[in-house]
Amino acid sequence: MTSRTHEPATTSAPQGPAGLDTRATRAPQSDLDAPFPAKRMVVNLGPSHPAMHGVTRAVVELEGEIIRSMKLDIGFLHRGFEKSCENVTWGQCFPYTDRLNYVSSIMNNVGFALAVEKLCRLEIPERARYLRVVTSELHRICDHLTLVGAMGLELGAMTVFLYAIEARDVIWDRLTEICGARLTSNYGRIGGVSRDMPDGWAGKTLTTLDRVAQIREEIDGLLTANRIFLDRCQGTGKISREDAIELGFTGPCLRATGEPYDVRKAFPYLVYDRLDFDVPVGTNGDNFDRYLMRMEEMRQSDRIVRQCFEQVQPGDIIVQDWRYALPPKPLVYGTIEGLMAHFKQVMEGIKVPAGEAYSYTEAANGELGFYVVSDGGGRPYKLGLRAPGWPMLAALPHLTKDALLADLVPTFDSINMIGGEVEQ
Amino acid sequence: MSKAVIGALLERFPDAVTDAYEGVGGDDCAFVEKERIADVCRHLREVEKFDLAPYITAVDYLGREPRFEVVYNLLSIPRSARIRLRVRVPEGEDCVVPSVTGVWRGADWFERYCFDMYGIGFTGHPDLRRLFMYDEFVGHPLRKDYPLKGRQPLVPERRVDDIYRGPGPAGRD
Repeated sequence: MTSRTHEPATTSAPQGPAGLDTRATRAPQSDLDAPFPAKRMVVNLGPSHPAMHGVTRAVVELEGEIIRSMKLDIGFLHRGFEKSCENVTWGQCFPYTDRLNYVSSIMNNVGFALAVEKLCRLEIPERARYLRVVTSELHRICDHLTLVGAMGLELGAMTVFLYAIEARDVIWDRLTEICGARLTSNYGRIGGVSRDMPDGWAGKTLTTLDRVAQIREEIDGLLTANRIFLDRCQGTGKISREDAIELGFTGPCLRATGEPYDVRKAFPYLVYDRLDFDVPVGTNGDNFDRYLMRMEEMRQSDRIVRQCFEQVQPGDIIVQDWRYALPPKPLVYGTIEGLMAHFKQVMEGIKVPAGEAYSYTEAANGELGFYVVSDGGGRPYKLGLRAPGWPMLAALPHLTKDALLADLVPTFDSINMIGGEVEQ
Repeated sequence: MSKAVIGALLERFPDAVTDAYEGVGGDDCAFVEKERIADVCRHLREVEKFDLAPYITAVDYLGREPRFEVVYNLLSIPRSARIRLRVRVPEGEDCVVPSVTGVWRGADWFERYCFDMYGIGFTGHPDLRRLFMYDEFVGHPLRKDYPLKGRQPLVPERRVDDIYRGPGPAGRD
């Protein structure tokens, strides 16, 4: 046996100790075969993953720890918002809009109401405008608190999350008092709002804002100069101003890149032209700037709410036109005209003049647009939703290209993707 | 401000831009011929500084000829102006529009959404797939003739060719 050859046997494969096939390469033989990839590895993040808010699936191609490419798979939360709204009356769309951005539902109510009012050419009472601004800005604070809290949580600062959620809940308590629900407020109405402020609500809200300011400054102290937080956020998820505009960014994510565009300033609606507030603008367009935008916008929203309470005057909270608003109950039960108006609105819906309009407002994450088409009937013919978070989520592969996998987490946080609005 | 834009468009593209009108609330709108929409958009972006396309969507006017419409809501941040372009798209073979993803990269998902929900194709789109619905979905949900309570056939289990990438053709997602 001295002339032993090293050629593999022709009849059977070389056998390892336990009878395993030890050939280095071989063709996949079954569906379950897992050839070890040479260099790049594909990792599925989500759809159900603690770092992916809601249910978004990201298929990430990794080279070591570096993300080389990413594909997003969304739609797990799609509920057919547009289709549902096309099959209910205009007024019945409000509860659906609540469920778009469920953290700041009143801003969706206001955005939708403004779109319908634009089509109806309806002027709404002063007090209703102020109430819309007050509740929207309170909800903007809630939205930003959620983002800041979640960002802290996912970067290891759980305390911040608990503080932020406490602050959010005290605001939600006030909003519950005015609209009756914590999350799904259903506060807007075509032509105004559903309820006036309860007695003493303004004073209570100011106390709440003081408490929120205290918590906000505490969060600021915990995060803004935190070494770990800075290292994870500064310089990650960076985007230039030109790219952000081309990719359709709006809201805090656009302003973080240095573009001072805010719908409230550029195309003022409601009473924003009478209020004194600043629009924070960043310089780097990275995660840390996006975080700073949120912190500063909370302070500005605080200012706006305080000014509104000083300026608001007693008056109607909804148009006194029974073609658009439900008549008060004594009229419904006491007069035939009131009863008819009520019946027609509930059963057939408000008759919105035929036409099309695009209305836009500044929601917490950017421009919230509604493209409404009416055929003159009681139901929307088309209700197109421009979700604020959509372009930012679509740009996530661009934001995280050639970044570390760990940077995906703060980037995904700071664009504040809300599944409800993006996936409709 | 936008009036001047529409006027300039009418002059620059006399055969492509038609029926300019002032919409509700003073919005400036115009209809654009389907084949020329990408050229008009490129001109708007490069010359008129309409640097952002906030919202592109489609509408199904069932029973009207042509049946579909793609709506481009455009914004110019430096000029603080907005315009709306509407493109009529017929049903059937011709239900394709030139993609504007080459003008604004942000148009990508909006066009995928129109494709998914209305079945409108976009020539030149880099990755035209369904956005919200799954690949096996039959029909287009936002078309007016798609029933509100439509049922879908059961989808057979996808073959897993590569367990690292998950179900579906390799590189799909």
